[in-house]
Amino acid sequence: MDSETKRGLEEFALEIRIGIVEQIKARGFGHIGGSLSVADALAVLYGAVMSYDPKNPDKEDRDKLVSSKGHAGPAVYAALALKGFFPYEELKTLNQPGTRLPSHCDRLKTKGIDMTTGSLGQGTSLAVGMALGDMLKGRKNRVFLITGDGELDEGQAWEAAMFAAAKKVNNLVWLVDYNKKQLDGYVKDILEPFDFEAKFRSFGFDAVTIDGNDIEKLYEVFTKPAGMRPLAVILDTVKGSGVKEVEDTVSNHSMNVGAEVCDKWLKQLGDELAALRKEAGR
Amino acid sequence: MNIVYNGEMDSRAFKDILGATIPRLAAEDPDVVYLDADLMSCIGTAKWAPTCDRAINCGVAEANMIGVACGMSAVGFKPIVHTFGPFASRRCYDQIFLSGGYAKNSVTVIGTDPGVCAAFNGGTHMPFEDVALYRAIPNATVVDITDANMLLDVLTQFKDMQGVKYLRVSRKNAAKVYADGSKFEIGKGIVLREGTDAAIFACGIMVHEAMQAASSLEKEGISAAVIDMFTIKPLDEALVKAYAGKVKAVVTAENHNRIGGLYSAVCETLAGAGVRVGHVAVEDEYGEVGPQDYLQKRFRLTAEHIAEEVRSALK
Repeated sequence: MDSETKRGLEEFALEIRIGIVEQIKARGFGHIGGSLSVADALAVLYGAVMSYDPKNPDKEDRDKLVSSKGHAGPAVYAALALKGFFPYEELKTLNQPGTRLPSHCDRLKTKGIDMTTGSLGQGTSLAVGMALGDMLKGRKNRVFLITGDGELDEGQAWEAAMFAAAKKVNNLVWLVDYNKKQLDGYVKDILEPFDFEAKFRSFGFDAVTIDGNDIEKLYEVFTKPAGMRPLAVILDTVKGSGVKEVEDTVSNHSMNVGAEVCDKWLKQLGDELAALRKEAGR
Repeated sequence: MNIVYNGEMDSRAFKDILGATIPRLAAEDPDVVYLDADLMSCIGTAKWAPTCDRAINCGVAEANMIGVACGMSAVGFKPIVHTFGPFASRRCYDQIFLSGGYAKNSVTVIGTDPGVCAAFNGGTHMPFEDVALYRAIPNATVVDITDANMLLDVLTQFKDMQGVKYLRVSRKNAAKVYADGSKFEIGKGIVLREGTDAAIFACGIMVHEAMQAASSLEKEGISAAVIDMFTIKPLDEALVKAYAGKVKAVVTAENHNRIGGLYSAVCETLAGAGVRVGHVAVEDEYGEVGPQDYLQKRFRLTAEHIAEEVRSALK
């Protein structure tokens, strides 16, 4: 990828992080850790990979994204708002009464959200069904599925994986946000997952592990032509990535954060963004 | 509605209707997709399935099957899903509730062998609670099938209806109640027999038992209406209230736990109406193994039990 594209995506990732923090600030609490960890993957997908039209969010042959870790809603909302699916100001309504931006993704409430998720594991089968359906309809799009690592405790995810490989659903790209932590602590302490990549490969997927907070690596893997099998991409990420204090907080799945602290983080992220833009001469 | 009931069995088993109707719907409508959880052979679709890329055997993985069906609904398909009743309800409840109902995806779920129809598969396979579970899903449609012609028409209608639709049906033969070609209105009960002393609201295999009960009661001078309440949700509340207003007692009859099924639905409608409501249903028990006729006696799901309940409700 050229340096201009890379810088653009890095900027977009920072903007997504700013959008996440803006949402948490407005509500005072929220699922910040697992939203920040997927910011880079979302930046690459919505910034350079996926085909979609914010003016026609239901276009049948669009690329689709299912965040089965429904609690990453704030990250997806930030990306969608920045791409014009709805006004950026609306981010401040996260979890307010009557909002169109609930904690967990809801396809009926939010423009651009392709599937309702929240009960962990369920988005896997939904995404596989969407991908299989698109394939049977002869559409050329792909379906990107994001699961957590703790989420893969759910047996349904492995039913879906077995099914996707067996039925050769090769328009599916399954991202595992391997940020090492789930609600109660470290994944390895709660339910050791061993080797995700080997697991997916043994299920019949093509599988690869990459630095999930590296824009270039993400771009490279998402722009490769589809193979014969579905693709699993294990994203080696840091929960809370991009905001040092969140990264350093052990229990960062959902955090209560005061406005002043959020402002400090927004300032840090804003400075990084300004520096990137300055470097680019913008 | 042309009622042809004379107590005789229909020569067509329910599984024959399923095995013929699902392929026909798939042939007629390119948006129909049929998913099964390794039970195609039980409803006669196994031979046809390999010839159609929209007939998908998901293996023994019901939660995934429901999710895949809902995902396919989201991209424009009309999924019809089949497995045995307990696996079509309990086993995948959060999936049908959220991926189906909450996410507003449309899926037809066929749960075969409801209640005592599970017979020799025994207690693990015997759902006395599937109606209760599906009734608790907002806006779901719940139907307990009476005869072959009803199955044929309701399944055809379900294909194009929005939302979560649950169809519970035996795989065996049942008494023929409706004339060939009959059309059914989902949500409307059907008066099979008028009566002035009592009204029996029945569904599924209990409709035949209710008709037998009404005949024997007639010989004793008791006039009992029989109403086929095949749609348990949305319940035909107007019809229930109308009969409650003109008879001395109402009795429900269902192949299901008394908790959460037809009896519950009728009681919810008639609460405060002052009419006596009796019931013939499973008394909050688990299922067990045995021939269906034995199980019907064991769980008190027979014409004799209905007649007895009517007599006692009229006392």
